[in-house]
Amino acid sequence: MSSIRNTLLVLLGLSAALVARAEFRVGDALPDFAEYQLEGGAIPALAGKVVLVDFWASWCAPCKASFPVMAKLHRDLEREGVVILAIGVDTKRAAHEAFVRKLTPPFPILHDRAQKLVRAAAVKAMPTTLIYGKDGRLRAVHRGFHGDETETAWRSQILQLLSESN
Amino acid sequence: MKPMTRRLALLTLAALGVLTLTGCNLTAVQPWERGTFTTYAMRSDRDPLASAMSEHTYFSREATGGGRGVGGSGCGCN
Repeated sequence: MSSIRNTLLVLLGLSAALVARAEFRVGDALPDFAEYQLEGGAIPALAGKVVLVDFWASWCAPCKASFPVMAKLHRDLEREGVVILAIGVDTKRAAHEAFVRKLTPPFPILHDRAQKLVRAAAVKAMPTTLIYGKDGRLRAVHRGFHGDETETAWRSQILQLLSESN
Repeated sequence: MKPMTRRLALLTLAALGVLTLTGCNLTAVQPWERGTFTTYAMRSDRDPLASAMSEHTYFSREATGGGRGVGGSGCGCN
């Protein structure tokens, strides 16, 4: 009887492991972007930088609203050592490219067309923004874009991370 | 049924049950997959004829209240 109970417990454990998806959590290291076959160009140097990774899609209105704010952050803080990396998750290349052409962001854009990276990150909302410190560790996760509130939070967290020693 | 066979049958049933529950969970649409909802095929008005028929049914049914032509909720104040 106890062997049946043990087997059931093992099965439950296995199913829980299947259901629970890994996600990027605060404290995790910056992922190796080269592993995910991202399209759209070279990945900028990230070592020792404060990195803002943004997951967006062309069909997501808040993502569109966040781009001018990220452009402003990029202009203000690029020289201080901040890298903004926006990762589109559209499955259609044309939709991704049309969005980029229209908004002409000044920061690097990559395309996760196979959705491997976003699946690994298991984001809970679109857009989701991850902020990494100079040590390459994930320090903050922002779900959605809420205008001034998000902009203020991004800026204060980035400035805080810039002030930290490496 | 022999005890061993019975035990095996029970375990198989339990495993199937657990796997079925897991399968249900895996069907959820993830946030990055919601672009599918924005495609033309997902529009409720993608067929003009079906839309016209549906609209005709609606305003015929609601004709006494003004169909789509009159605002208000039927209280007679408009």
